[in-house]
Formats: sequence, structure tokens, C-alpha cells
Amino acid sequence: MTISADHEAQGLADARPDDSEVNDQASEVRRKFGISVEDYMLPARHQIQMVDPSGTLKPEAEQGTEPGHEYPIPGDAELMAAYEQLVVGRRVNDQNSALVRQGRMAVYPSSHGQEACQVAAALCLREGDWLFPTYRDAVAVMSRGVDPVETMTIFRGDWHGGYDPTKHKVGIQCTPLTTQLLHGVGVAHAAKLRGEDTVVLAMCGDGATSEGDFHEALNFAAVFHLPVIFFVQNNKYAISVPLSHQSVAPSLAHKAVGYGMAGERVDGNDLVALLAVLDRAVKLAREGSGPLLIEAHTYRMQAHTNADDATRYREDSEVAEWTAKDPISRMTSYLTGRGLLDDGGSTRIAAKAEAVAAQLREGLGEDVPVDPQNLFRYVFSTPTSQLKEQSALLADELAREASSQKEAGK
Amino acid sequence: MSPAVTTSSEATERAVTGDVSSATASAAASAAAVAEASGLQTITMAKALNTAMADAMEADSSVLVFGEDVGRLGGVFRITDGLMATFGEQRCFDTPLAESGIVGMAVGMAMNGMRPVIEMQFDAFAYPAFEQIVSHVAKMHNRTKGAVKLPMVIRVPYAGGIGGVEHHCDSSESYYAHTAGLKVFTPATVADGYRMLREAIDSDDPVMFMEPKKLYWSKDQVDLGALRAEHAANASAGSSSEGRAAVARPGTDATLIAYGPSVPTALAAAAAAAEEGRSLEVIDVRSIVPFDDETVCASVRKTGRAVVIAEAHGFASVSSEIVARVQERCFHYLAAPIRRVTGFDVPYPAPKLEHYYLPSVDRILDAVDDLQWEN
Repeated sequence: MTISADHEAQGLADARPDDSEVNDQASEVRRKFGISVEDYMLPARHQIQMVDPSGTLKPEAEQGTEPGHEYPIPGDAELMAAYEQLVVGRRVNDQNSALVRQGRMAVYPSSHGQEACQVAAALCLREGDWLFPTYRDAVAVMSRGVDPVETMTIFRGDWHGGYDPTKHKVGIQCTPLTTQLLHGVGVAHAAKLRGEDTVVLAMCGDGATSEGDFHEALNFAAVFHLPVIFFVQNNKYAISVPLSHQSVAPSLAHKAVGYGMAGERVDGNDLVALLAVLDRAVKLAREGSGPLLIEAHTYRMQAHTNADDATRYREDSEVAEWTAKDPISRMTSYLTGRGLLDDGGSTRIAAKAEAVAAQLREGLGEDVPVDPQNLFRYVFSTPTSQLKEQSALLADELAREASSQKEAGK
Repeated sequence: MSPAVTTSSEATERAVTGDVSSATASAAASAAAVAEASGLQTITMAKALNTAMADAMEADSSVLVFGEDVGRLGGVFRITDGLMATFGEQRCFDTPLAESGIVGMAVGMAMNGMRPVIEMQFDAFAYPAFEQIVSHVAKMHNRTKGAVKLPMVIRVPYAGGIGGVEHHCDSSESYYAHTAGLKVFTPATVADGYRMLREAIDSDDPVMFMEPKKLYWSKDQVDLGALRAEHAANASAGSSSEGRAAVARPGTDATLIAYGPSVPTALAAAAAAAEEGRSLEVIDVRSIVPFDDETVCASVRKTGRAVVIAEAHGFASVSSEIVARVQERCFHYLAAPIRRVTGFDVPYPAPKLEHYYLPSVDRILDAVDDLQWEN
């Protein structure tokens, strides 16, 4: 049997119980943005870019905006606060990589080159909002106010997580790809049921969009109409595999329309555009427009981790191309040109970045004693009899070891 | 519209101050109707589980029930029947058809003040959620040093004996029992259906609640009013039956250790053995994790002989764990090696073959006969 166009059209409106909801959404979009629901959900034809790689503000007509996809430039105070975090973020990345080389951390997946995305993802949120980061998003976690040393505990090796996710409203940095997006969906759903206006921003990379949980999370968020922003840092590689092997969609942001949510592309090395796009996404989500998918085009300047060799799968010329698009030099030049940043400001921000780096060196440089009994303490709220037995076994083993060492020392 | 849902602690406050939302008030009315019928009554395991969820939802508005077909339909086994009508679509609802999504969303909800009770439609349909369960549900409390608790219950209708087609009859309890950080409960009686599900919902730790689907329509006389009172008394005393096995039938000659769907089979075997003059004690494990070494071993030390019965494949399973534990603790009390009667190490068979696969009374009695009796 072939499915004809007529067949498609026939009686669909009657057959779908939720059709009125879809129509409501269409008329709501038309009322609010003056465009069709398809034009609202499909990303603008070009990525949103406001400041070009040389640091020059682009003419409004060339920023990629379209009717219904309009983005005002963020205020000066917001830009300056973000710039400060940007400079700190770069310093954090470089300091952490150095600490790995010195053997002070097991591994560090650096977001060098992606700091604008990191900072914008954290700063677009209000205090009661939630952030769900991945293992590469340490700078975003710190930008949300989590202590730098607590943030890095996961890589120091004495415990899996170093901060209290509920205190900071920042999920634990997640390694199994896109599984954390669903946790963000659940947090938003719980908040919505209680009538709270919490917004959730959940992060993942380009490779992660191939995972099943990416699909399930976007679909759940759309079906339950939840205020979740899915923020994809498209840094072009999943370890070694380029985006072309993950997806042949026109863009990752185009995937949004398939779920019935709005998608947008933004220059991920342009902090001004990122803040503009994410601020609006947060506002729309908080107003009840449902979830959004934002794809940021950026580049992982360094290898996946210190254990990876990026020269095996990409050319130096490509890296050089992205060096020229660096988010920090671009922002420095833009803010200096606007007269917002002078030598005094630069010195102050550099000093702040150095202070954070010193904090990391100090915190990660010291040998934190581990308590072997912690192995058993947090498996359940109350240890089971089996765990109590095993804990006693280990305690006994250690006591005997200590006494034989004492004996040998005599 | 005022939200019908609050966090756990708010619910307690509201209960204390008498400030209940409209949804809670209507739930209370429906619970009152159920309460009228207190005293001994014959109900099914399905009804006991359903009542446990209704009571938990009434007591605490942070308890939510969701999954596939659990709303208007009441679940393919009707275990959630009426919950959406009673508590509204915010508190009992259908999700898109995606098990990882259901579990992952429940994790986020539990992180944010809710107590989700979610249904995996069938044992084998829970596998897409395996990553969420193993990597997050089981580990969140540990990796955050106890900062994040996940008070959630994953209900899994499991095991066979219902003539189901493939992927509908798996005994998946060993996968979960093997995963550190999960509690694994499985009721075998109607009263335990109510009692253990309420305790699972009360637990601050995630619980895999394995429901033997062939026992859904088993009936027993229970006093729901008494079970409610028992639950309230235990809750205020801070005690629970978690980690406690039960002596389902006392005996002196040998111990049959069973759980979930195998308990009635073990009881039938013990009844048959009694006719032949052999007194078998039947232990219902109830709580696979945490495991009640004390009750199980006390029985084996008394009888000196044991057979472990489970539907799951025997290799690397809960039944092998039980044998290992009992052997380590009771070796000098044993008159014979511990025997096992389990499913064969084959994929769960087609309906016309399952009869050959499942532990049966005869197979259990044969194993008992092999326990090196002196006469």
C-alpha cells in the first residue's frame, strides 16, 4: 500500500486528541513572534554571530537574525561580568592541564577554546535554576559559583564528586553521554508540578546527539512542555570522530523541529551572541514556551584529554583556523573598542584569574588523606548488614597491616 | 491553579497543619471509602499493590506514579488502576514509550523533592533503562557522599509461568542484585505486596521492586486496616521489614529457600513432602538486597539441609549467591551439599515449553530426596 498525500490529510485532525494543543501552540507562536510555528522551530538560516573574530560588532542585518529570531545585545554589566569569567575560565583550563602534567590530577578534559560556551551556559541562569554539565564543563560549573577545588575533585581521584549538587543546583559532572539531559528534564518536571518557575540548562556535545537518551530527553521535555534548554557544544569531534560521522542533518539545531521545539545556531566563540541567544532562551522557557535546543559552533582546541593524540585525526591547519577565532581575544578587542575595558580592568581580571589558579594549585597540590571506610558509608542511607561485615573486614585488615608495620619498625 | 504537588517535607507540614490541597482532599475521600471495608477481606496481590500506591500517594503528595499505560488504562496488569482518576493527571500519568527516559526523568524528579514510583511494563522491557539504573540510580548517593538521595521505586513485573511470548517472562533480578547501590525487594504474598511496596516508597534509597507477575491474581484474606496500622506503627518506630526474610512454613528436616514466584511452588512441595512424613521449612527471602543472612542461616543450622529455588537461570544468579552465603556460614551444620532447583541456562522458553523449564514440585522433591538422608 502506498501512502498518498490524501491519506496523510484524511481525518488526521479528528484522529489526534492533542491536535487542539498543537493548534494552540501555532497560534501562540503567531501571536508572540508573528511567524509560523515551523519558522519558529527551525533555526534561522545562519548562525547568530554578533561580534566577528576580529572583535568588531557586525551590522545588525548581518548578525543572522530574522523576524521571530531577534536578539538584543546584552547590557554592559553582563558583558563585563561574563568577560571576567571568560578570562578566569581560560586560566583554569591551562592550570588544570598543567596539574595533569605534574601528576596532580588523573585526567582533565579541557574546554580550552570553548570557554565562551562555558561561561554563557552558567551566567544565563538565575539562582534557583539548574545546570546539568558534562565532564568537559568544569569551567561552567565554577562559573555557577561552585568552589574550584570541589569542582576538580572528580579528576583528583579521592572521590567521584566533590560538590553538593542540590546546594549549588548543579548536577554532578556526567560521564555517560546525555544521560544527564534526562535528569534535567526530571528536575524541570518536578519544579513545574510544584508551580515553580525553575529553568534547567542541560549540556552535551555534538557526538552525544547520537545517543538514545538525547532523543528521549528532548522528546520528554517537549511532550511535557518543560522549561529545559538543551545546549549542544558542537566542537566538531567526538574524541576522534568528526561530526559528519554522527549526523547528516542540516545542523544539529534542525533536530529541534522534529520534537516540536525551537532550535537555534550560534557562534560558540562569540560570547556576546551566546549570552544574547541563551538569555532569550531562558526567558522564553521561563515564560512557558517549552524547551529549546541551542547549538553552539565551537572547537576543542586541545586533545580529548591528556591521554589522547589529536594529531592522528585532524590537521594543524584546521586548528590554526580556529585559533584565529579565539573567544577571548575577540572579546578583549570588542570590549576595549567599546571603551568598557582598559589596562586597569585587564590587570584586575588577570589578578583574579591568577588567584583562582593559585587556589587550584594549592587545593590539588596537597595530598588529601582518603578514608577507606568511606567505601561503605554512602552506598545506602543506612549500611546493610553485608556492608557492615565488609567494612569490619577491611578495618581488621588495615589494623593488622598497621600493627605489622609497627612491629617491623621496632 | 495551585499546584497539587509539594515536596515530601511540605506534605508533612501540610498534614500537620491540616492544610491540604484539593487533590489530596479527594484522595483522602477515596481512601476513606477503602477504609470502610476494613476487616478481613479477600483481595488479589494486584489490589494490594494498587492500594499501597494509593495510600502512599494520599499520605504524601510528592509521591508520583508514571510509566507506560499506567494512566487511563491503569497499566497492562491494572496495578495502577484508578490512580489517575483519584489523584489527577499531574500525579499519575503516561509517558512517551521510552524506558530510559522514564527512569532518567525519575532520577531528576527524585533529585528535586519527589518520590517517583515508576513502572517498567515487563521485565525485558526495562533493559533500555539499564544504563540509567546502573550508572545513576545505583550510584548517585555514593558519588555525592550522600548529598543526593534518590527515593524512587522502579516496579518491574517479572518472571514467567503466565504463558507469555518471548521478552515477557525474564527473571531479571540478578542483574539488579549484582549492582551495588540498589535495593531489591520481591513480595510473594498479598500482604507483603502491600507492606513491602509501602516500605519501598518510604525508603530514601532506590528500590527495584520485582513483582512476580504470575502472582498478580493470587488471592488471600488480609485486613487492609491492620496492614495500614502496622505500616504507620513501623514508620513511626523507624523499623521495617527491609532485609528480613520470613518463615513461610515451619519445618524441621530441611530448608527450602525461595523468593517471589517460587515461594508458592516451594510451599506446595513442602505440603507434598509432609504427606510423605518429611517436614520442610520454607523461607521466603522477600528482600534480596539487603539479604537476611540471619533468618536463612538460622533455619539451615536447625535443619542441616537446604534447597534453593528460583526461576532465574542458575548460573551466576541470586540462587548461586544464596548457596555461597549459606555454605560459608553453615558448613559445619550441613549434612549434605546444598542443592538448587532453578531455571535451566537457556533463554526463557516459548509458552509450550516453559513447563519443562520452571522449578516444579516434583523437581524440588527430587532435590530434597538427594540430600543424603540416612534412611
